[in-house]
Amino acid sequence: MTPPATAATRSEKVRRAGPSGIGAGRPGFLWAAPAAVFFGLFAIVPLVMVAVLSFASWDGLSDPEFAGLDNWRKLLDDPVMIKSLWLSVLLTLLGVVVQTPLSILLGVWAAGHQRNRAVLSAIYFVPMLLSIAAVSVLWRAVLDPNFGVPAQAKWLFGDGNLFGMQSSAIGVLVFVSTWQFTPLHTLIYQGAARAVPQVLYQAAQIDGAGTVRQFFHITLPQLRNSIITSMILMVVGGLTTFDTVLILTQGGPGSDTTISAYYMYQKAFKSFDYGAASAIALLLVLVSTLISLIVVRLSGYDKMRSTMEGL
Amino acid sequence: MSRNRPNYFAGFGSLVWLLVVGLPLYVMLVATFQSRPDYAANGPLAFPEHFTLDNYINDLNSGFAQYFLNTVIVTMCVVGIVVLLVPPLAYTIVRSRGRATTTVFRLFLLGLAIPSQAVVVPMFFVISEAGLYDNLIGVILPTAAFAMPVCALILTGVMRDITPDLYEAMTIDGASSRRVFFQLVLPLSRSGVSTIIVFSALQAWNGFLFPLVLTQSAETKVITMGLYDFQTEHGVDTPGLLAAVVLSMLPILIVYLFARRALVQGLMGVGGK
Repeated sequence: MTPPATAATRSEKVRRAGPSGIGAGRPGFLWAAPAAVFFGLFAIVPLVMVAVLSFASWDGLSDPEFAGLDNWRKLLDDPVMIKSLWLSVLLTLLGVVVQTPLSILLGVWAAGHQRNRAVLSAIYFVPMLLSIAAVSVLWRAVLDPNFGVPAQAKWLFGDGNLFGMQSSAIGVLVFVSTWQFTPLHTLIYQGAARAVPQVLYQAAQIDGAGTVRQFFHITLPQLRNSIITSMILMVVGGLTTFDTVLILTQGGPGSDTTISAYYMYQKAFKSFDYGAASAIALLLVLVSTLISLIVVRLSGYDKMRSTMEGL
Repeated sequence: MSRNRPNYFAGFGSLVWLLVVGLPLYVMLVATFQSRPDYAANGPLAFPEHFTLDNYINDLNSGFAQYFLNTVIVTMCVVGIVVLLVPPLAYTIVRSRGRATTTVFRLFLLGLAIPSQAVVVPMFFVISEAGLYDNLIGVILPTAAFAMPVCALILTGVMRDITPDLYEAMTIDGASSRRVFFQLVLPLSRSGVSTIIVFSALQAWNGFLFPLVLTQSAETKVITMGLYDFQTEHGVDTPGLLAAVVLSMLPILIVYLFARRALVQGLMGVGGK
């Protein structure tokens, strides 16, 4: 077991390790090769293929034909595609707006060391363990218009068919992903809130700052890096939501919840237009890679340094 | 957090959240222990009058046992591949100073951003061409590949905490990188390795998209596919469906009870530092 290194001793170690460390006995690239080859084969190669296919016309049976920008032009003219992009963005934004404050509050609250908080956090964590398929099936049953909770609580749900209207169907999708993914983000904030130096709070208390002021002037700024990481995860996760839509709404009513990832699946495996599907897929990759590059830069992950060092 | 008075607002909020998390789980559990007519008559919020295990028994008899077995096979193989490949990778990323290693690390970081849907079309053809369509191996390989970035990130974080002095001491003794890996790095990152085991297992167990696109027949169905099919075919049998949901999560809950520490700590490190 590694003893948990405190932030201070850790950065000290990093500095001492520097270039003065003995260079001999370092592992060569061969150690990383099996993992790199495996990952390359099943993630990078298909990614390149997606890019190539997005410029081809292909039904999956005959040979793919080079089609230039045809797929892209078609997509730009496709009203469902434009709508699906807008829906993806809307769903993602709503997710971020709902989940961020909720998980920050829950995370900061759970960072306390009282026993009841530990027990509650353990329960809060359960939705995270379930597969998206299980969660979607569960909520589909709970919200069923005839046999579910809405049939019993008409005063709250009206006619009860939450899946029959665009606004309520989107509401359900946002709610279900909040239910499932808030634990993950809560945990990220909980870890970060525990790492905030207690000195800062003690100093603030001497200055007479109350709980609310301490939260806004110490906790929130200290959580900056976690907020970035967590938001990126939310954005990438939101843009690529798929299972939830497939099981809960099948993109309906009409195409009112057909988000891009689901539209891509339909194009490929229902209409067998693999070229168009690849173009949508490439679009998704570009957006999520762009966002991740930004976070890697902002958080300094790639420089392998602890963000506590500046303190 | 040192606070003098209890924060009633936060306490109230956390109880509300407990309701939001707990109520659907309660509805699910209660529904699975009653017959279909009972459930239809009493509604989802009522407590069952006649306790029955029939829903579970029916599910297990209608193929879920096979799906269970398939999922166990997929999960064990994915965990095996990840545990075999990721520790040496993380070791190289942390210790090697070469340019190739840095590139590989960035590639894996980017891999975090590649959504699995994005590659599912070419994956379908690669797997079909390799003759692995509708074969569990065809599900195992891509699932393992997509579990690797997160695991690499977690394990490099853990290995970076090993003091350089230890490496230096071993190197002065003339140890090869192989000895350093097996006698120093692996033993000291045991906690990290258990985290990635739990992680990759969770991902494999809950995988949906690759099985959806890459398998077809009942012999290769995994449990998430079983749920999806059940829902489309017998959507009205809510108690049976929910019993299947409970069955699908039971092993995960057991793992969670035993490996909670590793799982939670691994996740906290992702954005915490």
